[in-house]
Amino acid sequence: MPASPFRRRRFLIAFSIAWLILMVDHTLLLYWLDFPVAASIIDSGISNTTLLLTCLLVMNSIRYYVPDVAQYMNVLAMCIIFTVLWLLLNKWLLTITLGEYVEYSRFLIRSLPVRGSMGFLILGMTTMMVITWFHSQELQLNEQRKADAEKLTKEAELFKLRQQLQPHFLFNSLNSINALIGLRPQEARKMVQQLSDFLRGTLKKEETQWVNLQEELQYLQLYLDIEQVRFGNRLSTETTVGEDTTSMKLPALLLQPIVENAIKFGLYDTTGETVIRLATSKQKADLVIMVSNPFDPETSSPKQGTGFGLKSVQRRLYLLFARTDLLATEVKGNIFTTIVRIPQLHGATVAADTKKI
Amino acid sequence: MKIIVIDDEVLARSIVKEYLQKHPQLELVAECGDGFEGLKAIQQHDPDLVFLDIQMPKISGFEMLELIEKPPAVIFTTAFDEFAIKAFEAHAVDYLLKPFNQERFDKAIAKWLEQQNKPSESKTEELLETASQSPSQSSRIVVKNGSKIKIIPVHDIFFLEAADDYVKIHTQEGYFLKNKTMNHFEQVLDRQQFVRSHRSYIVNVQQITRIDPYEKDNHVAILRTGAKVPVSRGGYGKLKSVLGL
Repeated sequence: MPASPFRRRRFLIAFSIAWLILMVDHTLLLYWLDFPVAASIIDSGISNTTLLLTCLLVMNSIRYYVPDVAQYMNVLAMCIIFTVLWLLLNKWLLTITLGEYVEYSRFLIRSLPVRGSMGFLILGMTTMMVITWFHSQELQLNEQRKADAEKLTKEAELFKLRQQLQPHFLFNSLNSINALIGLRPQEARKMVQQLSDFLRGTLKKEETQWVNLQEELQYLQLYLDIEQVRFGNRLSTETTVGEDTTSMKLPALLLQPIVENAIKFGLYDTTGETVIRLATSKQKADLVIMVSNPFDPETSSPKQGTGFGLKSVQRRLYLLFARTDLLATEVKGNIFTTIVRIPQLHGATVAADTKKI
Repeated sequence: MKIIVIDDEVLARSIVKEYLQKHPQLELVAECGDGFEGLKAIQQHDPDLVFLDIQMPKISGFEMLELIEKPPAVIFTTAFDEFAIKAFEAHAVDYLLKPFNQERFDKAIAKWLEQQNKPSESKTEELLETASQSPSQSSRIVVKNGSKIKIIPVHDIFFLEAADDYVKIHTQEGYFLKNKTMNHFEQVLDRQQFVRSHRSYIVNVQQITRIDPYEKDNHVAILRTGAKVPVSRGGYGKLKSVLGL
């Protein structure tokens, strides 16, 4: 509901002054027509106070339901009805208070059309003004909302871009290359190639794309190879690809954050040698991928929170399949395992579902 | 002069070693792959300068420095850490952004040598104060327990108690001492979970089972373990607002 215009001090003052002028003018007019001062004041007071109340009533009801600018007829009808009601009330009140003067009674009846017209004009003007005010308020609110939404989208995009580029990984890899150039130039050249292939893969792939398992594993291997250069003997990987899973499909870049997670907790946060295991298998019609890594229970506890920050993977799986049971994690001793199950959708279903992400 | 290099990547250490060859007066006495080794080496060799990576396994470079009473001069080497870089810049400590070249490395060495001749107060303390507010570090506290290093996740803390120049950190396994002030912990810890209930106490609200009146204006918080933590009048107000009473 938009704010009442009366919240604005200047509006309140202008509105009060206008009403005061109206009342004084009304009194002077009657006095000029040779009515006694007291009668003039009473007439003006009653007529204009009731009109004021009617106006406030209309303003308040509009606040709850702002009519569309195009609904002229409704607004017009409403003004006419309220004017008639006001006029009847006004006549009744004035007859009670000033009815004993015969001259006045006759004047009251004769002046009703003029009073009605004036009342209608004032009520109509106030109504139009208030409608315009409320519309401008709503417009402002909408614009604010739109600006906020745009800002949010931009921030999210920026964050995603930054995540994709993984600055920490990138700069550390460049640093390794820098060291290799002096020590073993051949290896430096190889690593430049691997890093380039990896980055190209990141940039090329859309998250909406579906890829073959084999393709995705090759891409992950690049990433693991680079980490192997950085950490030397400390890292070894074992990949077991189940029979007839190589041609199964999965959403692009889905495994990437899972493996990154395994590296983060298995390699960055431990000091000994680390084995990262990756195994794929076919269960019923689904592709099942298991990634396991050791972790240090002293510095990280996988039980609490989102389980090693796999929230984004969970979210993507939900958007793709509308299921929350596709990602599971388990802890055995100091081994943390992530299990992801990917239903094999075919043909049109795949296309339709992937468009949604 | 004695130099130590601490970095978890072999190649990152070797590039520093390579650049050091141009400075024969600097002798590399140790290279370490993590903060624990680094701590040991620093205590053993008392180096003049340390090249220190920030993101390392188990404890970060900052956390390692916190455990040393008189930290040596340090040149930080880091790949990408917005927070750390802000902290360095705020305290004018030299740092090398990976990858860096010989020229930039020489410059850092020259700057350090120049500062050595002038007696200057150590900026490390202020730097660490800033660094401990980083989001990755405010979730745990690293303490030294004799010769052992203990990492305490903040949600394992029952309450903190002032003890002269130290703060006692009470946990399941007893208490640990940390050479910091109560104000420091009040700053660093999440205010929705840790409330300064008393001048000398900070309590983990998730551990409180009830709060009883105690003497005139005071209260006492009873924790799940049965421990009693004093609550002053001001502290009671803070507790009530956090607990939404």
